[in-house]
Amino acid sequence: MEKFTTLTAPAAVLLRQNIDTDIIVRIERLITLGRKELAPYCFEALRYREDGSDDPAFFLNDPASKGARILLAGRNFGCGSSREGAVWALMCVGIRCVIAPSFGDIFFNNCFQNGVLPIVLDAATIESLADTVRQDPQAQPLTVDLERQQLRLANRAIGFEVDPGRREALLEGLDEIGVTLQREPEIAAFQARDRALRPWIYS
Amino acid sequence: MGGQTLFDKIWAQHVVADLGNGTALLHIDRHIMHDLGGPRGLADIEAKGYRVRNPELVFATPDHAVSSAPDRTEDTNPIGGKFLRELRQQAARTGIRLFDLGQEGQGIVHVVGPEMGISLPGATIVCGDSHTCTHGGLGALAFGIGSSELTHVLATQTLVQRKPRRMRVRFEGAPQPGVTPKDLILFLIGCIGAAAGTGFAVEYAGSAIRALPLEGRLTICNLSIELGAKMGLIAPDDTTYAYLQGRPFAPRDAQWDRAVAFWRTLPGDADATFDVEHEIDVAAVAPQITWGTSPQDVIAIGDRIPDPDKAADPDRRKAMAAALDYMGLQPGEAIEGTKVDWVFIGSCTNSRLSDLRAAAAVARGRKVAAGVNAWVVPGSEIVRREAEREGLHTVFRDAGFEWRQPGCSMCVAANGEQVPPKARSVSTSNRNFVGRQGPLARTHLASPAMAVAAAVTGAIADVRKLGA
Ligand code: SF4
Repeated sequence: MEKFTTLTAPAAVLLRQNIDTDIIVRIERLITLGRKELAPYCFEALRYREDGSDDPAFFLNDPASKGARILLAGRNFGCGSSREGAVWALMCVGIRCVIAPSFGDIFFNNCFQNGVLPIVLDAATIESLADTVRQDPQAQPLTVDLERQQLRLANRAIGFEVDPGRREALLEGLDEIGVTLQREPEIAAFQARDRALRPWIYS
Repeated sequence: MGGQTLFDKIWAQHVVADLGNGTALLHIDRHIMHDLGGPRGLADIEAKGYRVRNPELVFATPDHAVSSAPDRTEDTNPIGGKFLRELRQQAARTGIRLFDLGQEGQGIVHVVGPEMGISLPGATIVCGDSHTCTHGGLGALAFGIGSSELTHVLATQTLVQRKPRRMRVRFEGAPQPGVTPKDLILFLIGCIGAAAGTGFAVEYAGSAIRALPLEGRLTICNLSIELGAKMGLIAPDDTTYAYLQGRPFAPRDAQWDRAVAFWRTLPGDADATFDVEHEIDVAAVAPQITWGTSPQDVIAIGDRIPDPDKAADPDRRKAMAAALDYMGLQPGEAIEGTKVDWVFIGSCTNSRLSDLRAAAAVARGRKVAAGVNAWVVPGSEIVRREAEREGLHTVFRDAGFEWRQPGCSMCVAANGEQVPPKARSVSTSNRNFVGRQGPLARTHLASPAMAVAAAVTGAIADVRKLGA
């Protein structure tokens, strides 16, 4: 997994609520394409008009949001399907951090598995960040400092919470399977105990 | 300290290691794989040099990408054939049990797990699919995972999870005629919203839940994720045990008695408390139909399409307007009578035998309206066989429905079976998202009976008026 320490980049704004993972990337694209080939298909239902031309209002087509690596998003971002391809598609267009008032639970976990940092902040704070960003995303880059658990924009610094274990894994770029397998004796002991208690699970 | 809820008990029974800060390493009892996630996951762990730790706890079946054509072969949808062959190879290599096309056990993962007795009360169950919450209808702790988590489970038989908060929803009272479990759960999502369950494990309780047959409980739990909750569950009881007894993978003989005695200890303690509680008066619920692009965009069949201008929140106003535009609907109009082009009866929400019986009861002696394409896709090979034994396929065919082969089909359109652009579909599935059933497809979610009512009248209709 790619490490995440500190990121300074333009942010993009997409405050619509309940953005589901189907809309981030269609299942068909995940079936036919590799996880690094999704850039043209990220948010395809939103970024293109019916005739296939770019919708200039969408952040991916907006020169002001060029190079955006952070997404300011609405409530329940990433709800719906468990497809991890939603995270891959965001990564393909450069996004490494999503800031929203709440996230779909499965999407939230999937982010950490790929070195993408999901940050929960209250809606009012995100609104105010978005107000600053909108003035000029290029001139107002956002800094996400995972080490200090701090967002910095213009003259403001805002703290954020992140699970300590998740934070460490991101900072170190750890392989979670490798970490868990260090606990193999505990897993084996659990199964031995559990086999006596609930033999029907194992037979 | 209050007592423990059903969820607390199952969680505690599966903690291999407490990782602090509300996070635990949980043992996973059952892992069910489908054709989209399975082959890639198995290839990934091999590439990383890990092995499948407990192949005997993993079960696989093709559902997402296989064709549902009546005369399908594995290559009717060529990509489906490719995934299936990979899944077969990988399953054989690793010793995972696969239920192949035409075999008992093939079908939608969330239909197959319960009906095969693979999914059991008190078990932790995962699958690389968000509707794994379905299995919670048996009193299991079941949830969807992403593909990285899937490889973690394969390699370690565990998962790192943060303990969610606890919500209880009590459904009290008796439903009116024509009101099904699908209507109850859509109604709940309409009341509290598609994000209300985020970060929660939801327990459904109350007299209406206790009175529900097991398959209806699976439908309720299926839509937990549309409430934002990764897990939804219902305390096991005699209905649960009667459903499971004798199923192929359910415990037998002395093991069965031991298991039931254990399961009887799982329901929550009388003094257990929840972080959030909701109550629904079931008698007040009418048949539901969605009008927008989120399952929370739902109204009673007799209601008018809501007006975004009347929404207080500006973001909500914008979202509603965008949804109506996508759906090609006008605010203020009756939803009843809206012309439909497609009807899809299927998916892990509503493709079980009881769903097909309810649909056939309305279809019997009627005809699908001219210009409507209507499909019935049974959820599994077992459902297909049982339905055919009862002659339900003949009822559907006589009425002009297509009777198809088991799989996910048009629910997610991953197998190429799509609702065409701008065509309007009444579907018994669980997601009306933008593009879910195909680019620009317009999906209205409803119960099987309501879907048949739409098929035979050619428009969104109130099944109660058909006098079924
Ligand atoms: S039927 Fe639909 S919702 Fe259910 S598992 Fe298949 S694709 Fe997912």
